[in-house]
Amino acid sequence: MAEITHIIHEYLRHNKKFPHVYCPGCGHGIVLGSLIRCVHGLGLSKDEVVLVAGIGCSGRMAVYVDFNTIHTTHGRALTFATGIKMANPRLKVIVVMGDGDALAIGGNHLIHAARRNIGLTALILNNNIYGMTGGQKSPTSPEGTVSATTPYGQLEQAFDVIDLVRAAGAPFVARSTVMHAHLLDKLLVKGLTNPGFNLIEVMTPCHTQYGRKNKFKTVVDMYKWYRKQALSVEKYNALPPDKQRDRIPIGVFQDKQIPGLEERYAAMRNQLREARGEQ
Amino acid sequence: MSSRKKKHKELFAQGNEAVVEGALLAGCDFFAGYPITPSTEIAEEMSRRLPLLENGVFLQMEDEIASMGAIIGASLAGRKVLTATSGPGFSLMQEHIGYACMAEVPLVIVNVMRGGPSTGLPTNPAQGDVQQARWGTHGDHPIIVLSAVNVRECLEMTVTAFNFAEKYRTPVILLIDEVTAHTREKITLPDPSTFQIFSRVAPSMPFDWYTPFEETMKGVPCMPPMGTGYRFHTTGLTHDSQGFPTSKPQEVEGLMNRLFRKIDQHYYDIQMVDEIQCEDAEIAIVAYGSVARSAELAVELAREQGVRAGLVKLKTLFPFPRRIVERVARQSKTLVVPEMNMGQISREVKRVNNGMARVVTMNRVDGQIITPSELLKTVLGSVSR
Repeated sequence: MAEITHIIHEYLRHNKKFPHVYCPGCGHGIVLGSLIRCVHGLGLSKDEVVLVAGIGCSGRMAVYVDFNTIHTTHGRALTFATGIKMANPRLKVIVVMGDGDALAIGGNHLIHAARRNIGLTALILNNNIYGMTGGQKSPTSPEGTVSATTPYGQLEQAFDVIDLVRAAGAPFVARSTVMHAHLLDKLLVKGLTNPGFNLIEVMTPCHTQYGRKNKFKTVVDMYKWYRKQALSVEKYNALPPDKQRDRIPIGVFQDKQIPGLEERYAAMRNQLREARGEQ
Repeated sequence: MSSRKKKHKELFAQGNEAVVEGALLAGCDFFAGYPITPSTEIAEEMSRRLPLLENGVFLQMEDEIASMGAIIGASLAGRKVLTATSGPGFSLMQEHIGYACMAEVPLVIVNVMRGGPSTGLPTNPAQGDVQQARWGTHGDHPIIVLSAVNVRECLEMTVTAFNFAEKYRTPVILLIDEVTAHTREKITLPDPSTFQIFSRVAPSMPFDWYTPFEETMKGVPCMPPMGTGYRFHTTGLTHDSQGFPTSKPQEVEGLMNRLFRKIDQHYYDIQMVDEIQCEDAEIAIVAYGSVARSAELAVELAREQGVRAGLVKLKTLFPFPRRIVERVARQSKTLVVPEMNMGQISREVKRVNNGMARVVTMNRVDGQIITPSELLKTVLGSVSR
């Protein structure tokens, strides 16, 4: 344990902007820890990693780690990341977004980044709520959710991130919860090493804004609920449809090896230049 | 085609194509954009040219917001970047223009202007976005806005726009109108060595000593490309000199003051104006864009009729070239400000004039150009009154 913490501390900007803004029991720290362990484990240098974050609680992650970091505008993290990756394909670009960030204001960018298949690792930290703005519903709030803007319960259907991004053409799509840190580590390592667009959805509890209003007495109850409801995608698929309700399938949903746009673009450029040289 | 261009170094080009030539000359190798009339030829020509460069990248993004995001990212990664758009697309870009001002990201935006609110007037000339270029974003910040009169100037001003962006770490907006963008003229491609090309200054100190947003003599901090060892945080929030978000009044004030100072301090470098026959002018036209072209002929015609007319041709629109307009206002009796909008620059002229000369405005918002003869009529009318 001490060793793990030591590794994490090596990557934090400890003398800059701490203490952090996350509430006690927030799952975002687990994701950040996992991310750092994977970057460290893969032997990536701090200089070659770029962390691009959106706005909100998850967006704050960029402040805390000692990579090249960018805190972008709300919903547009993927567009900044696209520019960075195309400008310098040697950089490892990680994008951290919240559910409101990635699916509401940034929904269009998400499906196009997946379709374009640009070589990034995108994380959606899904806590089913707008945390930093004060607990309004998000596109992933389940039906019936009580929030600051759905005081009588959410009527709209929630997005299934995995289905959405897979349909848009992303080659690597996976999901974990913060209660399954080992799985999360494995998925992140795959996401960081696979070519093309990698999307990992992480279910993470927001007790302050979501849990309290939605019948979770304590934050521990939320973690327990994640543990109880989550099951591997294989087991989930074997369940009859009525038993699938409210369960959270986790694991790898899609894993194809397709080169990212930056590689395909470089190939086109080389071909064009060769052809011109021969003339 | 490109080899023919090289051989003769002569082009029969539109303003839009000249923008591309200027951008490539300035070292631009990254373009992200979304097609919109009347700016499309810039994106189309870029999509042909950039993949032929060693590291050139052309991206057609899903919208203008994404285009701006992509060029900000690419600029942070060390590229010289361009996007091109028109009125409605320009509105979508505004949040990211503000971001780029705050995070001091060099980039160039070419806006081929349209008229009318919403999607109005796609293929007719207008000068509808002058004040939007200055005040479209939220919050306070200075910005550099340039304009171009003809095809040749489209090329030159694009190079200048890149130079200013790199020198002062700021977004630069080049406004042209449809007449300039789509009129074909013969231009000779200039020898690249005749242009001075600026690039942002990269830091050379040890990594730990680097302060990404520090106060400097010139107000412009140096800027490393990402991945070279200088790691820092970039944000659109008000930040301290290390780049981290802050709301301490002192730090916020310091940052905002520096952002304004870096443009104010280089005012003389930035404001570019051509004065044509202004020395003895009793009546001076203040114009920009294709209108200034009509005005040049109108001045000649007026002189033939014995009226001492002159032209102040604005190349820089913001920061407004106060120094020169003020002097001309002091020495002439009348200023005529013709525009293809309801008076977006005449507002600035009146402010600077401050009662010295009589200011006559002349506006067209019907999608038609302002011709030399109607301008002449206004000039003669203003003299006889």
